[in-house]
Amino acid sequence: MVIYGVTFLGACYIIGQLIGDYLAKLLGVQANVGGVGFAMLLLIVFHDFLHKRHFFPAESEKGVLFWSQMYIPVIVAMSATQNAALAINSGVLALLAGIIPVLMCFACIPLISKLSNKNLSADGNSL
Amino acid sequence: MEILYKFLDKNALIVAFVTVGGIMYLGELISTYVLRKKIPGSAVAIFLGLVFAYVAGNNSGGEKGLADIKGFSGMSLLGGSMFRDFAIVSTAMGASFLLIKRTGWVGVLSLFLGIFVSFIGGMALAWMFGYHDAKSLATIGAGACTFIVGPVTGAAVQASSDVIALSIAAGVVKSILVTIGTPWLAPFIGLNNPNTAMIYGGMLGTTSGVSAGLAATDPALVPYGALTATFYTGLGCLLCPSVLYLLLEKLL
Repeated sequence: MVIYGVTFLGACYIIGQLIGDYLAKLLGVQANVGGVGFAMLLLIVFHDFLHKRHFFPAESEKGVLFWSQMYIPVIVAMSATQNAALAINSGVLALLAGIIPVLMCFACIPLISKLSNKNLSADGNSL
Repeated sequence: MEILYKFLDKNALIVAFVTVGGIMYLGELISTYVLRKKIPGSAVAIFLGLVFAYVAGNNSGGEKGLADIKGFSGMSLLGGSMFRDFAIVSTAMGASFLLIKRTGWVGVLSLFLGIFVSFIGGMALAWMFGYHDAKSLATIGAGACTFIVGPVTGAAVQASSDVIALSIAAGVVKSILVTIGTPWLAPFIGLNNPNTAMIYGGMLGTTSGVSAGLAATDPALVPYGALTATFYTGLGCLLCPSVLYLLLEKLL
């Protein structure tokens, strides 16, 4: 049933986010630390585990796939609710402090990517 | 009118589904007939969303873009962190654990480097604009990380409220720039594989920017970028008000 897929996704989400919140508390940080990341890892590992044992029929997978197809619409809703007016109306320093570090970070990406490719076998780059 | 607004508010989430569908369709139309498919419909729709947010924000004076317009309050639910994170997690379904494990340590490196570079960049600009105290410099530097790290750092080091507001604005500019800029810059930085997507997520770190930027570039890369990006804000909130702030205080 579709709901089983949604339940599975929801359970991974809740456990992962809770791990992120408790980890933040442990570190003394006022933000969630990697909650979504833990949830994703849980989903990948448990889905693999259940799928191999035929506990995850295609019908249930639909419950997860629906939400992954809703991803872009959700992102559109998110961008429509950003504080874009604040960003553009806040003056030159806010604009520059938002732009220049980003360009610096973009420039670093190929460098790290090269660094990591040296350590990976060739197929790490192929997907 | 009264009845209509009451109805729209009561059914806010459904109204948001319809609204977003409309924006996406408009994006698809512009992509097909105006841009001749050179920019994908989803990227146009995300950009349209930002334009609506800007116009709405200027008209209402609120902080939540289109959601501050009467009748559209459901947009903040559909576009809020709950649905966003839920949808991001669901994209992990097709991701490969093997690839993630392989990029693991580089992902961690890119997280630290991303926070460090953004912090220094933001700080240097603040210095040039006449801020010379450690509290303001650290807060604006943290704002260059994400719009959450900025105010969290500002509150921790007790920076003034106008500096905190500035740091939030810088973070929002970053998230919007990453959203719009990623599809354009992707070919130049080799952003076409999971490995680079994980590094990209760690370097840029703004969950909203990274998730929207990758959605507009190649949705297959979303889970990889989101995976590292999700650690960025937490790590930034950990490092900026502590190690980086103390280091800055020593140096001044």
